[in-house]
Amino acid sequence: MTHEECKKVVLDIIADIAPDEDLSNVKPEVRLRDQLQLDSMDFLDIVMELRKRHSIEVPEADYGRLASLDSCAEYLTPKFNALAAKS
Amino acid sequence: MNPGAQYDVAIIGAGLSGLAAGIRLAHFGKKVCIFERHNAVGGLNGFYSIAGRKFDVGLHALTNYVPAGVKGTPLGKILRQLRIERDEFSLSPQKGSRVSFGPQGEASLRFSNDFAVLEADVGRLFPAQADGFARLARAVRESPLSGGDSKASARALLRGFISDPLLEDMLLCPLMFYGSARQDDMDANQFMIMFRALFLEGFARPFEGVRVIMRVLVEKYREAGGERRMKCGVRRIVAREGRAAALVLDSGEEVTASHVLSSIGSAETAALLGETSPPAPRLGYVETICVLNRPPSALGWGADTIVFFNEGDRFSYRNPEAQVDLRSGIICFPNNFEYGGGRELAEGFFRVTCLANYGAWAGLPEQRYRDDKAGWFPRIQNSARRFLPPLQPAGALEAATVATDMFTPTTVERYTGHLRGAIYGAPTKNAQGRTALTNLYLCGTDQGMLGIVGAMLSGISMANQHILKA
Repeated sequence: MTHEECKKVVLDIIADIAPDEDLSNVKPEVRLRDQLQLDSMDFLDIVMELRKRHSIEVPEADYGRLASLDSCAEYLTPKFNALAAKS
Repeated sequence: MNPGAQYDVAIIGAGLSGLAAGIRLAHFGKKVCIFERHNAVGGLNGFYSIAGRKFDVGLHALTNYVPAGVKGTPLGKILRQLRIERDEFSLSPQKGSRVSFGPQGEASLRFSNDFAVLEADVGRLFPAQADGFARLARAVRESPLSGGDSKASARALLRGFISDPLLEDMLLCPLMFYGSARQDDMDANQFMIMFRALFLEGFARPFEGVRVIMRVLVEKYREAGGERRMKCGVRRIVAREGRAAALVLDSGEEVTASHVLSSIGSAETAALLGETSPPAPRLGYVETICVLNRPPSALGWGADTIVFFNEGDRFSYRNPEAQVDLRSGIICFPNNFEYGGGRELAEGFFRVTCLANYGAWAGLPEQRYRDDKAGWFPRIQNSARRFLPPLQPAGALEAATVATDMFTPTTVERYTGHLRGAIYGAPTKNAQGRTALTNLYLCGTDQGMLGIVGAMLSGISMANQHILKA
Protein backbone atom coordinates (compact mmCIF):
# COMPACT_ATOMS: atom_id res chain seq x y z
CA MET A 1 0.00 0.00 0.00
CA THR A 2 1.20 3.50 -0.83
CA HIS A 3 0.76 6.58 1.32
CA GLU A 4 -1.85 7.85 -1.13
CA GLU A 5 -3.86 4.64 -0.91
CA CYS A 6 -3.68 4.79 2.85
CA LYS A 7 -5.04 8.34 2.88
CA LYS A 8 -7.89 7.14 0.71
CA VAL A 9 -8.71 4.42 3.26
CA VAL A 10 -8.84 7.00 6.04
CA LEU A 11 -10.93 9.40 3.97
CA ASP A 12 -13.38 6.60 3.16
CA ILE A 13 -13.82 5.95 6.85
CA ILE A 14 -14.33 9.63 7.63
CA ALA A 15 -16.89 9.84 4.82
CA ASP A 16 -18.88 7.08 6.49
CA ILE A 17 -18.70 8.31 10.05
CA ALA A 18 -19.21 12.00 9.18
CA PRO A 19 -21.36 12.03 6.04
CA ASP A 20 -22.22 15.67 6.65
CA GLU A 21 -18.61 16.80 6.15
CA ASP A 22 -17.29 18.05 2.81
CA LEU A 23 -14.15 16.01 2.16
CA SER A 24 -13.35 17.33 -1.31
CA ASN A 25 -10.68 19.75 -0.16
CA VAL A 26 -9.04 18.13 2.82
CA LYS A 27 -5.42 19.30 3.05
CA PRO A 28 -3.22 16.35 3.94
CA GLU A 29 -0.72 18.37 5.97
CA VAL A 30 -3.31 20.20 8.09
CA ARG A 31 -4.75 18.64 11.26
CA LEU A 32 -8.11 17.02 10.49
CA ARG A 33 -9.59 18.66 13.58
CA ASP A 34 -8.69 22.09 12.23
CA GLN A 35 -10.46 21.68 8.91
CA LEU A 36 -13.33 19.34 9.77
CA GLN A 37 -15.78 19.17 12.66
CA LEU A 38 -14.33 16.05 14.23
CA ASP A 39 -14.24 15.50 17.96
CA SER A 40 -12.77 12.80 20.16
CA MET A 41 -15.84 10.58 19.61
CA ASP A 42 -15.21 10.73 15.85
CA PHE A 43 -11.52 9.88 16.30
CA LEU A 44 -12.51 6.90 18.41
CA ASP A 45 -14.67 5.83 15.47
CA ILE A 46 -11.80 6.14 13.01
CA VAL A 47 -9.77 3.83 15.26
CA MET A 48 -12.69 1.41 15.69
CA GLU A 49 -13.41 1.30 11.96
CA LEU A 50 -9.73 0.66 11.18
CA ARG A 51 -9.93 -2.35 13.46
CA LYS A 52 -13.30 -3.54 12.19
CA ARG A 53 -12.61 -3.16 8.47
CA HIS A 54 -8.86 -3.66 8.22
CA SER A 55 -7.81 -5.39 11.45
CA ILE A 56 -5.45 -2.50 12.15
CA GLU A 57 -4.91 -1.85 15.87
CA VAL A 58 -4.15 1.66 17.08
CA PRO A 59 -3.35 1.75 20.81
CA GLU A 60 -4.72 4.76 22.68
CA ALA A 61 -1.22 6.14 23.21
CA ASP A 62 -0.92 6.48 19.42
CA TYR A 63 -4.20 8.30 18.74
CA GLY A 64 -2.19 11.48 18.24
CA ARG A 65 -0.54 9.93 15.19
CA LEU A 66 -3.89 10.20 13.38
CA ALA A 67 -3.94 14.00 13.55
CA SER A 68 -3.60 14.74 9.80
CA LEU A 69 -3.92 12.68 6.64
CA ASP A 70 -0.15 12.85 6.19
CA SER A 71 0.53 11.63 9.72
CA CYS A 72 -2.11 8.92 9.29
CA ALA A 73 -0.36 7.71 6.13
CA GLU A 74 3.02 7.73 7.80
CA TYR A 75 1.78 5.80 10.80
CA LEU A 76 -0.72 3.43 9.18
CA THR A 77 0.93 2.48 5.87
CA PRO A 78 3.62 0.31 7.49
CA LYS A 79 0.90 -1.38 9.56
CA PHE A 80 -1.13 -2.17 6.44
CA ASN A 81 1.97 -3.47 4.66
CA ALA A 82 3.05 -5.59 7.63
CA LEU A 83 -0.43 -7.11 7.72
CA ALA A 84 -0.38 -7.79 3.97
CA ALA A 85 3.05 -9.45 4.26
CA LYS A 86 1.74 -11.80 6.95
CA SER A 87 -1.23 -13.07 4.94
CA MET B 1 -34.02 -21.73 25.30
CA ASN B 2 -30.53 -20.29 25.13
CA PRO B 3 -29.35 -21.94 28.35
CA GLY B 4 -26.39 -20.25 29.92
CA ALA B 5 -25.96 -17.80 27.04
CA GLN B 6 -22.71 -15.82 27.07
CA TYR B 7 -22.38 -12.28 25.80
CA ASP B 8 -19.67 -9.66 25.50
CA VAL B 9 -22.18 -7.13 26.78
CA ALA B 10 -25.56 -7.47 28.47
CA ILE B 11 -27.69 -4.33 28.51
CA ILE B 12 -30.55 -4.03 30.98
CA GLY B 13 -33.46 -2.05 29.51
CA ALA B 14 -34.49 -1.32 25.91
CA GLY B 15 -35.05 2.41 26.30
CA LEU B 16 -33.26 4.99 24.22
CA SER B 17 -29.98 4.79 26.15
CA GLY B 18 -29.86 0.99 26.09
CA LEU B 19 -30.68 0.83 22.39
CA ALA B 20 -28.13 3.51 21.50
CA ALA B 21 -25.41 1.73 23.50
CA GLY B 22 -26.43 -1.54 21.86
CA ILE B 23 -26.09 -0.10 18.36
CA ARG B 24 -22.57 1.15 19.06
CA LEU B 25 -21.43 -2.11 20.61
CA ALA B 26 -23.01 -4.38 18.02
CA HIS B 27 -21.68 -2.23 15.17
CA PHE B 28 -18.16 -2.78 16.46
CA GLY B 29 -18.54 -6.52 16.64
CA LYS B 30 -19.53 -7.09 20.26
CA LYS B 31 -21.96 -9.87 21.00
CA VAL B 32 -24.70 -7.86 22.68
CA CYS B 33 -28.07 -8.69 24.16
CA ILE B 34 -30.61 -6.21 25.52
CA PHE B 35 -32.92 -7.59 28.21
CA GLU B 36 -36.26 -5.79 28.54
CA ARG B 37 -38.95 -6.71 31.04
CA HIS B 38 -41.74 -4.91 29.21
CA ASN B 39 -43.19 -6.16 25.93
CA ALA B 40 -42.36 -2.89 24.16
CA VAL B 41 -39.19 -0.86 23.70
CA GLY B 42 -38.89 2.77 24.70
CA GLY B 43 -38.80 2.86 28.49
CA LEU B 44 -39.46 6.38 29.72
CA ASN B 45 -39.75 7.56 26.10
CA GLY B 46 -42.04 4.82 24.92
CA PHE B 47 -45.50 4.84 23.50
CA TYR B 48 -48.67 2.87 24.05
CA SER B 49 -51.96 2.19 22.33
CA ILE B 50 -55.48 2.49 23.68
CA ALA B 51 -58.39 1.58 21.41
CA GLY B 52 -56.20 1.81 18.33
CA ARG B 53 -54.84 5.25 19.22
CA LYS B 54 -51.16 5.69 19.81
CA PHE B 55 -49.90 7.90 22.62
CA ASP B 56 -46.35 8.96 23.36
CA VAL B 57 -45.23 8.62 26.98
CA GLY B 58 -43.71 11.51 28.82
CA LEU B 59 -41.56 13.88 26.82
CA HIS B 60 -43.59 15.81 24.31
CA ALA B 61 -40.81 16.87 22.03
CA LEU B 62 -37.25 16.19 21.16
CA THR B 63 -34.94 18.95 22.36
CA ASN B 64 -31.57 19.92 20.84
CA TYR B 65 -33.14 20.41 17.41
CA VAL B 66 -30.89 22.23 14.96
CA PRO B 67 -31.47 22.65 11.23
CA ALA B 68 -29.51 20.48 8.80
CA GLY B 69 -25.95 21.69 8.33
CA VAL B 70 -25.42 22.96 11.89
CA LYS B 71 -22.49 20.96 13.21
CA GLY B 72 -20.88 20.23 16.53
CA THR B 73 -24.19 19.81 18.39
CA PRO B 74 -25.55 16.88 20.43
CA LEU B 75 -28.07 15.96 17.72
CA GLY B 76 -25.30 15.79 15.11
CA LYS B 77 -23.18 13.69 17.45
CA ILE B 78 -25.80 11.02 18.00
CA LEU B 79 -26.62 10.83 14.30
CA ARG B 80 -22.95 10.28 13.49
CA GLN B 81 -22.27 7.88 16.29
CA LEU B 82 -25.29 5.73 15.45
CA ARG B 83 -24.79 6.01 11.66
CA ILE B 84 -28.27 7.45 11.30
CA GLU B 85 -29.13 9.83 8.52
CA ARG B 86 -30.85 12.95 9.67
CA ASP B 87 -33.89 12.35 7.46
CA GLU B 88 -34.57 9.02 9.15
CA PHE B 89 -35.86 10.81 12.25
CA SER B 90 -38.02 13.06 10.01
CA LEU B 91 -37.98 15.86 12.55
CA SER B 92 -40.36 18.78 12.21
CA PRO B 93 -39.51 21.96 14.15
CA GLN B 94 -41.88 23.54 16.66
CA LYS B 95 -44.04 26.55 15.86
CA GLY B 96 -43.25 28.39 19.08
CA SER B 97 -43.48 28.00 22.84
CA ARG B 98 -43.75 30.26 25.85
CA VAL B 99 -43.21 30.54 29.57
CA SER B 100 -46.29 32.05 31.19
CA PHE B 101 -46.24 33.36 34.80
CA GLY B 102 -48.84 35.13 36.92
CA PRO B 103 -52.43 34.22 37.87
CA GLN B 104 -53.57 34.54 34.24
CA GLY B 105 -50.18 34.37 32.55
CA GLU B 106 -49.55 38.12 32.71
CA ALA B 107 -45.78 37.73 32.27
CA SER B 108 -44.94 35.84 29.12
CA LEU B 109 -41.63 34.94 27.49
CA ARG B 110 -41.91 33.45 24.03
CA PHE B 111 -39.20 31.21 22.65
CA SER B 112 -38.79 29.22 19.49
CA ASN B 113 -36.02 27.50 17.58
CA ASP B 114 -34.74 31.01 16.79
CA PHE B 115 -32.98 32.30 19.90
CA ALA B 116 -33.65 35.91 18.84
CA VAL B 117 -37.32 35.45 19.81
CA LEU B 118 -36.44 34.79 23.45
CA GLU B 119 -33.79 37.51 23.49
CA ALA B 120 -36.32 40.04 22.22
CA ASP B 121 -38.91 39.06 24.83
CA VAL B 122 -36.37 39.23 27.65
CA GLY B 123 -35.38 42.68 26.38
CA ARG B 124 -39.02 43.78 26.28
CA LEU B 125 -40.08 42.38 29.68
CA PHE B 126 -36.80 42.81 31.56
CA PRO B 127 -34.91 45.67 29.87
CA ALA B 128 -32.50 46.02 32.81
CA GLN B 129 -31.56 42.32 32.53
CA ALA B 130 -30.92 42.20 28.80
CA ASP B 131 -27.14 42.62 29.02
CA GLY B 132 -26.82 39.99 31.72
CA PHE B 133 -28.97 37.62 29.72
CA ALA B 134 -26.79 38.12 26.64
CA ARG B 135 -23.69 37.35 28.74
CA LEU B 136 -25.38 34.25 30.11
CA ALA B 137 -26.18 33.02 26.60
CA ARG B 138 -22.57 33.60 25.59
CA ALA B 139 -21.31 31.66 28.60
CA VAL B 140 -23.57 28.72 27.74
CA ARG B 141 -22.47 28.77 24.10
CA GLU B 142 -18.84 28.68 25.16
CA SER B 143 -19.28 25.93 27.74
CA PRO B 144 -18.23 22.41 26.78
CA LEU B 145 -21.06 20.09 25.70
CA SER B 146 -20.61 17.82 28.66
CA GLY B 147 -19.12 18.70 31.97
CA GLY B 148 -18.08 16.67 34.97
CA ASP B 149 -19.92 15.86 38.17
CA SER B 150 -20.88 19.43 38.92
CA LYS B 151 -22.97 19.81 42.04
CA ALA B 152 -22.90 23.59 41.78
CA SER B 153 -26.20 25.44 41.94
CA ALA B 154 -27.85 26.74 38.78
CA ARG B 155 -29.47 29.51 40.79
CA ALA B 156 -26.08 30.68 42.03
CA LEU B 157 -24.75 30.56 38.49
CA LEU B 158 -27.73 32.54 37.15
CA ARG B 159 -27.33 35.23 39.80
CA GLY B 160 -23.90 35.95 38.38
CA PHE B 161 -25.66 37.20 35.26
CA ILE B 162 -29.17 38.35 36.13
CA SER B 163 -30.70 39.84 39.27
CA ASP B 164 -34.49 39.75 38.73
CA PRO B 165 -35.97 36.76 40.59
CA LEU B 166 -38.94 36.61 38.21
CA LEU B 167 -36.66 36.22 35.20
CA GLU B 168 -34.59 33.67 37.12
CA ASP B 169 -37.65 31.53 37.77
CA MET B 170 -39.11 32.02 34.29
CA LEU B 171 -35.87 30.71 32.78
CA LEU B 172 -35.57 27.85 35.25
CA CYS B 173 -39.20 26.69 34.94
CA PRO B 174 -38.97 25.04 31.49
CA LEU B 175 -35.44 23.80 32.10
CA MET B 176 -36.41 22.15 35.38
CA PHE B 177 -39.59 20.68 33.92
CA TYR B 178 -37.59 19.31 31.03
CA GLY B 179 -34.89 17.70 33.02
CA SER B 180 -34.16 18.31 36.66
CA ALA B 181 -34.31 15.56 39.24
CA ARG B 182 -33.27 18.03 41.95
CA GLN B 183 -35.86 20.02 43.88
CA ASP B 184 -36.03 23.83 43.54
CA ASP B 185 -32.63 24.03 41.87
CA MET B 186 -30.62 22.34 39.16
CA ASP B 187 -27.04 21.24 38.85
CA ALA B 188 -25.26 24.17 37.18
CA ASN B 189 -23.87 21.82 34.58
CA GLN B 190 -27.31 20.40 33.83
CA PHE B 191 -28.63 23.96 33.55
CA MET B 192 -26.07 24.74 30.83
CA ILE B 193 -26.98 21.58 28.96
CA MET B 194 -30.71 22.27 29.17
CA PHE B 195 -30.37 25.98 28.32
CA ARG B 196 -28.62 24.93 25.15
CA ALA B 197 -31.07 22.12 24.44
CA LEU B 198 -34.25 24.22 24.79
CA PHE B 199 -33.33 27.83 24.13
CA LEU B 200 -30.23 27.89 21.91
CA GLU B 201 -31.31 24.85 19.94
CA GLY B 202 -34.99 23.92 20.17
CA PHE B 203 -37.92 21.54 19.90
CA ALA B 204 -38.90 19.15 17.15
CA ARG B 205 -41.07 16.09 16.73
CA PRO B 206 -41.45 13.40 14.11
CA PHE B 207 -44.90 13.55 12.50
CA GLU B 208 -45.66 10.09 13.84
CA GLY B 209 -44.19 10.76 17.26
CA VAL B 210 -41.41 9.19 19.27
CA ARG B 211 -42.08 5.73 17.81
CA VAL B 212 -40.32 6.84 14.61
CA ILE B 213 -37.11 7.29 16.59
CA MET B 214 -37.63 3.98 18.34
CA ARG B 215 -38.23 2.20 15.04
CA VAL B 216 -34.99 3.58 13.59
CA LEU B 217 -32.99 2.50 16.65
CA VAL B 218 -34.48 -0.98 16.78
CA GLU B 219 -33.79 -1.46 13.07
CA LYS B 220 -30.17 -0.21 13.34
CA TYR B 221 -29.59 -2.47 16.29
CA ARG B 222 -30.98 -5.48 14.44
CA GLU B 223 -28.91 -4.69 11.31
CA ALA B 224 -25.78 -4.43 13.44
CA GLY B 225 -26.44 -7.93 14.73
CA GLY B 226 -27.68 -7.09 18.21
CA GLU B 227 -29.92 -9.49 20.08
CA ARG B 228 -32.98 -8.33 22.00
CA ARG B 229 -35.03 -10.33 24.49
CA MET B 230 -38.38 -8.85 25.37
CA LYS B 231 -40.58 -9.75 28.34
CA CYS B 232 -37.35 -10.93 29.79
CA GLY B 233 -36.36 -8.87 32.78
CA VAL B 234 -33.24 -9.24 34.88
CA ARG B 235 -34.19 -10.38 38.36
CA ARG B 236 -30.78 -10.44 39.98
CA ILE B 237 -27.16 -9.56 39.31
CA VAL B 238 -24.80 -12.11 40.83
CA ALA B 239 -21.68 -10.38 42.17
CA ARG B 240 -18.49 -12.32 42.63
CA GLU B 241 -15.02 -10.95 43.43
CA GLY B 242 -16.03 -7.40 42.67
CA ARG B 243 -17.53 -8.24 39.29
CA ALA B 244 -21.00 -8.84 37.89
CA ALA B 245 -20.50 -12.54 37.31
CA ALA B 246 -23.94 -13.48 36.01
CA LEU B 247 -27.46 -12.22 35.46
CA VAL B 248 -30.45 -14.19 36.64
CA LEU B 249 -33.46 -13.54 34.41
CA ASP B 250 -37.10 -13.47 35.46
CA SER B 251 -37.42 -16.96 34.00
CA GLY B 252 -34.69 -18.20 36.34
CA GLU B 253 -32.28 -18.65 33.44
CA GLU B 254 -28.73 -17.48 34.10
CA VAL B 255 -26.64 -15.65 31.51
CA THR B 256 -23.11 -14.29 31.67
CA ALA B 257 -21.50 -11.24 30.11
CA SER B 258 -18.06 -9.63 30.18
CA HIS B 259 -19.69 -6.22 30.67
CA VAL B 260 -23.09 -5.21 31.99
CA LEU B 261 -24.65 -1.85 31.15
CA SER B 262 -27.72 -0.99 33.20
CA SER B 263 -30.14 1.72 32.11
CA ILE B 264 -32.72 1.10 34.82
CA GLY B 265 -31.46 3.58 37.40
CA SER B 266 -28.86 3.47 40.13
CA ALA B 267 -31.05 2.43 43.10
CA GLU B 268 -32.92 0.06 40.78
CA THR B 269 -29.62 -1.52 39.74
CA ALA B 270 -28.47 -1.75 43.35
CA ALA B 271 -31.72 -3.55 44.14
CA LEU B 272 -30.75 -6.25 41.61
CA LEU B 273 -27.63 -6.74 43.69
CA GLY B 274 -29.78 -7.22 46.76
CA GLU B 275 -28.92 -3.82 48.21
CA THR B 276 -31.71 -1.82 49.71
CA SER B 277 -31.32 1.92 49.59
CA PRO B 278 -33.33 4.29 51.78
CA PRO B 279 -36.25 5.82 49.88
CA ALA B 280 -34.71 8.82 48.17
CA PRO B 281 -36.80 11.81 47.17
CA ARG B 282 -38.05 11.53 43.63
CA LEU B 283 -40.14 13.89 41.53
CA GLY B 284 -43.27 12.43 40.00
CA TYR B 285 -45.69 13.70 37.39
CA VAL B 286 -49.29 13.30 36.34
CA GLU B 287 -50.39 13.86 32.81
CA THR B 288 -53.82 14.34 31.29
CA ILE B 289 -54.43 13.83 27.59
CA CYS B 290 -57.50 14.95 25.65
CA VAL B 291 -57.93 13.69 22.11
CA LEU B 292 -59.87 16.28 20.12
CA ASN B 293 -61.94 16.05 16.96
CA ARG B 294 -60.15 19.09 15.52
CA PRO B 295 -56.75 20.75 15.88
CA PRO B 296 -56.40 22.90 19.02
CA SER B 297 -55.94 25.97 16.82
CA ALA B 298 -59.41 25.38 15.35
CA LEU B 299 -60.81 25.40 18.89
CA GLY B 300 -59.35 28.84 19.38
CA TRP B 301 -56.14 28.01 21.22
CA GLY B 302 -53.65 29.47 18.78
CA ALA B 303 -50.42 27.87 17.65
CA ASP B 304 -48.44 27.34 20.87
CA THR B 305 -46.34 24.19 20.81
CA ILE B 306 -45.53 24.05 24.53
CA VAL B 307 -46.58 26.38 27.34
CA PHE B 308 -44.77 26.25 30.69
CA PHE B 309 -47.08 27.85 33.23
CA ASN B 310 -46.86 28.96 36.83
CA GLU B 311 -49.48 30.97 38.69
CA GLY B 312 -47.16 32.93 41.00
CA ASP B 313 -43.99 34.98 40.71
CA ARG B 314 -41.88 32.27 42.28
CA PHE B 315 -41.72 28.79 40.87
CA SER B 316 -41.80 25.85 43.28
CA TYR B 317 -40.28 22.74 41.78
CA ARG B 318 -40.66 20.13 44.46
CA ASN B 319 -42.59 17.11 45.52
CA PRO B 320 -46.07 18.47 46.41
CA GLU B 321 -47.93 17.69 49.63
CA ALA B 322 -51.12 16.98 47.71
CA GLN B 323 -51.47 14.36 45.00
CA VAL B 324 -50.97 17.05 42.33
CA ASP B 325 -49.45 20.53 42.32
CA LEU B 326 -51.90 22.61 40.28
CA ARG B 327 -49.89 25.80 40.54
CA SER B 328 -47.63 25.02 37.63
CA GLY B 329 -47.30 22.66 34.71
CA ILE B 330 -46.68 22.05 31.04
CA ILE B 331 -49.21 22.27 28.24
CA CYS B 332 -48.31 20.56 24.99
CA PHE B 333 -50.06 20.62 21.63
CA PRO B 334 -48.30 18.01 19.47
CA ASN B 335 -50.29 19.39 16.52
CA ASN B 336 -48.29 22.60 16.59
CA PHE B 337 -45.12 21.54 14.83
CA GLU B 338 -44.27 22.56 11.27
CA TYR B 339 -44.94 19.20 9.69
CA GLY B 340 -44.84 20.67 6.19
CA GLY B 341 -46.32 19.34 2.99
CA GLY B 342 -49.81 20.18 4.25
CA ARG B 343 -49.57 17.37 6.82
CA GLU B 344 -51.70 17.67 9.94
CA LEU B 345 -52.16 15.13 12.70
CA ALA B 346 -55.45 13.31 12.19
CA GLU B 347 -56.70 14.37 15.60
CA GLY B 348 -56.05 17.18 18.01
CA PHE B 349 -54.17 16.62 21.28
CA PHE B 350 -54.20 18.67 24.46
CA ARG B 351 -51.74 17.38 27.04
CA VAL B 352 -51.12 18.80 30.50
CA THR B 353 -48.40 17.66 32.88
CA CYS B 354 -48.11 18.65 36.55
CA LEU B 355 -45.87 17.68 39.45
CA ALA B 356 -47.35 14.88 41.52
CA ASN B 357 -46.65 13.15 44.79
CA TYR B 358 -45.93 9.46 44.25
CA GLY B 359 -46.62 8.58 47.88
CA ALA B 360 -50.12 10.06 47.69
CA TRP B 361 -50.98 7.87 44.68
CA ALA B 362 -49.23 4.61 45.56
CA GLY B 363 -51.01 1.92 47.45
CA LEU B 364 -54.53 3.35 47.06
CA PRO B 365 -57.32 0.82 46.70
CA GLU B 366 -58.25 0.45 43.01
CA GLN B 367 -61.59 2.27 43.24
CA ARG B 368 -60.14 5.13 45.24
CA TYR B 369 -57.28 5.47 42.73
CA ARG B 370 -59.75 5.67 39.84
CA ASP B 371 -61.92 8.18 41.68
CA ASP B 372 -58.93 10.35 42.51
CA LYS B 373 -57.80 10.34 38.89
CA ALA B 374 -61.28 11.28 37.74
CA GLY B 375 -61.40 14.05 40.34
CA TRP B 376 -58.07 15.57 39.39
CA PHE B 377 -58.57 15.37 35.63
CA PRO B 378 -60.81 18.45 35.24
CA ARG B 379 -58.89 20.37 37.89
CA ILE B 380 -55.63 19.87 35.99
CA GLN B 381 -57.23 20.93 32.73
CA ASN B 382 -58.83 24.01 34.29
CA SER B 383 -55.60 25.01 35.93
CA ALA B 384 -53.80 24.88 32.58
CA ARG B 385 -56.59 26.68 30.75
CA ARG B 386 -55.91 29.83 32.75
CA PHE B 387 -52.88 30.26 30.51
CA LEU B 388 -54.69 29.71 27.21
CA PRO B 389 -57.19 31.91 25.38
CA PRO B 390 -60.74 31.28 26.69
CA LEU B 391 -62.85 29.10 24.43
CA GLN B 392 -66.32 30.01 23.17
CA PRO B 393 -68.84 28.62 23.97
CA ALA B 394 -68.09 27.43 27.52
CA GLY B 395 -68.41 23.68 26.81
CA ALA B 396 -66.31 23.77 23.61
CA LEU B 397 -63.50 21.57 24.96
CA GLU B 398 -65.82 18.89 26.31
CA ALA B 399 -67.77 18.89 23.02
CA ALA B 400 -64.58 18.45 20.98
CA THR B 401 -63.10 15.71 23.22
CA VAL B 402 -63.33 12.22 21.73
CA ALA B 403 -61.09 10.34 24.17
CA THR B 404 -59.03 10.98 27.27
CA ASP B 405 -56.24 9.31 29.14
CA MET B 406 -54.28 10.09 32.27
CA PHE B 407 -51.21 8.71 33.92
CA THR B 408 -49.80 9.11 37.41
CA PRO B 409 -46.40 8.31 38.98
CA THR B 410 -47.66 4.81 39.76
CA THR B 411 -48.48 4.23 36.07
CA VAL B 412 -44.93 5.24 35.13
CA GLU B 413 -43.48 3.00 37.83
CA ARG B 414 -45.58 0.04 36.74
CA TYR B 415 -44.56 0.26 33.08
CA THR B 416 -40.96 1.42 33.36
CA GLY B 417 -39.81 -0.02 36.66
CA HIS B 418 -38.34 3.36 37.65
CA LEU B 419 -38.75 3.79 41.40
CA ARG B 420 -41.58 6.08 42.40
CA GLY B 421 -42.30 6.71 38.73
CA ALA B 422 -39.48 9.23 38.63
CA ILE B 423 -39.11 10.32 35.02
CA TYR B 424 -35.81 12.09 35.72
CA GLY B 425 -34.47 9.52 38.14
CA ALA B 426 -32.42 10.12 41.25
CA PRO B 427 -31.48 13.66 42.32
CA THR B 428 -27.79 12.77 42.36
CA LYS B 429 -26.30 11.76 39.04
CA ASN B 430 -23.36 9.52 38.30
CA ALA B 431 -21.69 11.12 35.29
CA GLN B 432 -18.94 8.50 35.06
CA GLY B 433 -21.47 5.66 35.21
CA ARG B 434 -19.19 3.55 37.42
CA THR B 435 -20.50 1.24 40.12
CA ALA B 436 -18.94 -0.81 42.90
CA LEU B 437 -18.53 -3.67 40.41
CA THR B 438 -15.74 -3.21 37.90
CA ASN B 439 -17.68 -4.47 34.87
CA LEU B 440 -21.09 -2.98 35.69
CA TYR B 441 -21.88 0.53 34.43
CA LEU B 442 -24.90 2.80 34.41
CA CYS B 443 -26.39 4.61 31.45
CA GLY B 444 -29.65 6.52 31.04
CA THR B 445 -31.42 8.83 33.49
CA ASP B 446 -29.18 8.24 36.50
CA GLN B 447 -25.98 8.70 34.52
CA GLY B 448 -27.34 12.18 34.09
CA MET B 449 -28.20 12.98 30.50
CA LEU B 450 -31.92 13.44 30.06
CA GLY B 451 -34.42 13.77 27.28
CA ILE B 452 -34.51 11.90 24.01
CA VAL B 453 -31.17 13.18 22.72
CA GLY B 454 -29.59 13.07 26.17
CA ALA B 455 -30.62 9.45 26.70
CA MET B 456 -29.07 8.36 23.41
CA LEU B 457 -25.92 10.35 24.14
CA SER B 458 -25.70 8.69 27.54
CA GLY B 459 -25.82 5.19 26.05
CA ILE B 460 -23.29 6.14 23.39
CA SER B 461 -20.80 7.74 25.74
CA MET B 462 -20.94 4.98 28.35
CA ALA B 463 -20.47 2.32 25.66
CA ASN B 464 -17.54 4.27 24.22
CA GLN B 465 -15.88 5.07 27.51
CA HIS B 466 -16.20 1.80 29.37
CA ILE B 467 -16.37 -0.86 26.69
CA LEU B 468 -15.12 0.23 23.26
CA LYS B 469 -12.18 2.31 24.41
CA ALA B 470 -11.11 -0.17 27.03
